[in-house]
Amino acid sequence: MKRTIIATVHNTSGVMNRITGLFARRNFNIESITVGLTENPSISRMTFVVNVDDERGLDQVIKQLNKQVDVLKVRDITDEAIIARELALIKVVATPETRGEISTLVEPFRASIVDVGRESVTIQVTGDQQKIEAMIDLLKPYGIKEMARTGVTAFKRGTKKSVLDSPKYSIIS
Amino acid sequence: MSTKLQEDSGRELKKENQEMTGSSMLIQALARENVDIIFGYPGGAILPTYDEIYRSGIRHILARHEQGAIHAAEGYARVSGKPGVCVVTSGPGATNVITGIADAMIDSLPLIVITGQVATKVIGTDAFQEADIVGITMPITKHNYQVRDIEDLPRIIKEAFHIATTGRPGPVVIDLPKDVSEATGIFTYDQPVDLPGYQPTYTPNKLQIRKVREAVTKAKKPVILAGAGVLHAKGSDELLAYVEQQQIPVVNTLLGLGSFPASHPLAIGMAGMHGEYTANMALHHCDLLINIGARFDDRLTGALSDFAPHAKVAHIDIDPAEIGKNVETHIPVVGDAKEALKMLIAENGKPSECTEWKEQLYEWKKEYPLWYEKDDEVIKPQQLMEIIYEETNGEAVVTTDVGQHQMWAAQYYKFDKPNHWATSGGLGTMGFGFPAAIGAQFAEPDKPVVSILGDAGFQMTAQEMSILQELNIPVKIIIVNNSSLGMVRQWQELFYDERYSHSIFPIQPDFVKMAEAYNIQGWKVDDPKKVREVLQEALAYDGPVLLDCRVAKEENVYPMIAPGKGHHEMEGIKP
Repeated sequence: MKRTIIATVHNTSGVMNRITGLFARRNFNIESITVGLTENPSISRMTFVVNVDDERGLDQVIKQLNKQVDVLKVRDITDEAIIARELALIKVVATPETRGEISTLVEPFRASIVDVGRESVTIQVTGDQQKIEAMIDLLKPYGIKEMARTGVTAFKRGTKKSVLDSPKYSIIS
Repeated sequence: MSTKLQEDSGRELKKENQEMTGSSMLIQALARENVDIIFGYPGGAILPTYDEIYRSGIRHILARHEQGAIHAAEGYARVSGKPGVCVVTSGPGATNVITGIADAMIDSLPLIVITGQVATKVIGTDAFQEADIVGITMPITKHNYQVRDIEDLPRIIKEAFHIATTGRPGPVVIDLPKDVSEATGIFTYDQPVDLPGYQPTYTPNKLQIRKVREAVTKAKKPVILAGAGVLHAKGSDELLAYVEQQQIPVVNTLLGLGSFPASHPLAIGMAGMHGEYTANMALHHCDLLINIGARFDDRLTGALSDFAPHAKVAHIDIDPAEIGKNVETHIPVVGDAKEALKMLIAENGKPSECTEWKEQLYEWKKEYPLWYEKDDEVIKPQQLMEIIYEETNGEAVVTTDVGQHQMWAAQYYKFDKPNHWATSGGLGTMGFGFPAAIGAQFAEPDKPVVSILGDAGFQMTAQEMSILQELNIPVKIIIVNNSSLGMVRQWQELFYDERYSHSIFPIQPDFVKMAEAYNIQGWKVDDPKKVREVLQEALAYDGPVLLDCRVAKEENVYPMIAPGKGHHEMEGIKP
């Protein structure tokens, strides 16, 4: 099962190495890791998307992370009301004829074309994982030349998820 | 010749808030942490520190290989309960202590390892004797540091001691670049440790303790599994008091030997791959298993699918990550073993009604004790262990390497007291036992220290006989000499159709002459009728002795749970 785990860590040199090394040697399966500063420059926030077999596996991931001296707090936020976002850059084959079509496709996703070349356009899309996947699916028929995804970064919502926040791309089936 | 075990460490406390060099700060910090002895080996990048060691007069034991230094520090830590301190240089000096660090990590021994490092400005340039020791030791330390700024040094040393000795103990590496040890800064040590990400839980949750109490009352076949966590927590007295109150049988792990007196009527013995039949049966048939400070290692559990199939499992451990890691746990108790036992005693719960269960265990114990066939012609290693036990009145500090001799020592030496046993359990390190005995002797200068070793393992750190000679340390080296890698040979016999691939030594050194080369007594014995007498002489001798005991070459360790099998599938039990 896929779980989203966030951790706040001391922003010391080598902390990323400690965490990734831990995942590798404990045989934990990570799908993505993102890391960045928080409002406090001495503390970083990491977001992991991990694949675990069962509850016990998940329990171990959290406990082993907690054991690290540089890790301040660990939390599995999968089942909580969260904001989870990922950014993807997708370079798609585009001829002058298809450019317009791609442009209209991108619009409802609130994605944008950030670069135009002679034979391609590059699209930047931000959102939760489902939205990114949906965007990729739609662009595939044009031919994806290159793609870079950042992995998910997430945190808990200030208040419970409201109806207004339902996915913006749901109109596209 | 008198031994030089006790010597004033000659430390002089300088005042705080003074300007001093990094190496001076280190020595001052060690003095404040009550470090009496350090084990080490000098080299280029650690020269400034060694200069300060020279000037301060702090007690330093010069090993002849860094591996000897770190294992001695481990032996010292295991027997004294204090952190072992090891100082080595950068690059090869540091990589030579890797095995010892990994050994201390898996067996939870508190170590402070100070490694020299090349100057900060050349780190990353593949400088002379540079190795990325922080990177290398990351997976095998509880925590590690590289000191980049002299201002951080006092805080780092203080944190290192705190981390190594609290919670679940473990090794901490401090990588000290040469220029930082030479730089000067203000030394302030009297500051609280501030580690928000490191807050070990000592006091267990009362509700969980109550659940254990209730489970004991309900149980018909309870058993306690006592591991090294009891020893690390210094909780042996509490364990004894709890067991006497509740009358629950106790099984030990290899590393937990001594945490509960082996001669106590409720002591069922060591469990595991080469554990006693009754101990393994107790784990297999129990309906309540209370694990105190053991980590359910695979050599203890055998096949997990067959482990304690009828048991409700309670697990008391200071490391929450150990609970539920290998065995599903019904009552997790996070906390210090001593604290948990104190609370359990205070609960004063109604003991379990388990007379039948205990009778069953006693019957097994009588029916299927440890056994071997005696021989008049050749020394049986088991017999050797019995004689060592008898002749030391069970009061010696015993250290071993890994393998057959280790298992025989664990089976036949009955430990009644804590901290008399130092063995490489988790990592299974050959070459551990002899230097560990040296460290153990420094921890217990007045007790006999017997190092039971294989002929193969001894050769891995034999150079440390120099320390015995230099300081006349009365460690008794007992080589259980079967001219082979005994356990490897046993497995090849049992599981590889007797294809003895590189496990039998075509030649062996003359161990007696080796001892003589270091100017220590070396005696050989191969007659079973003379073993006792020779051993008595060795134990009575005022100084180190090496005994080359030629034992039966093809003796196997039994009983045994074959790899992948469960406790109920033991082989080699008494017919």
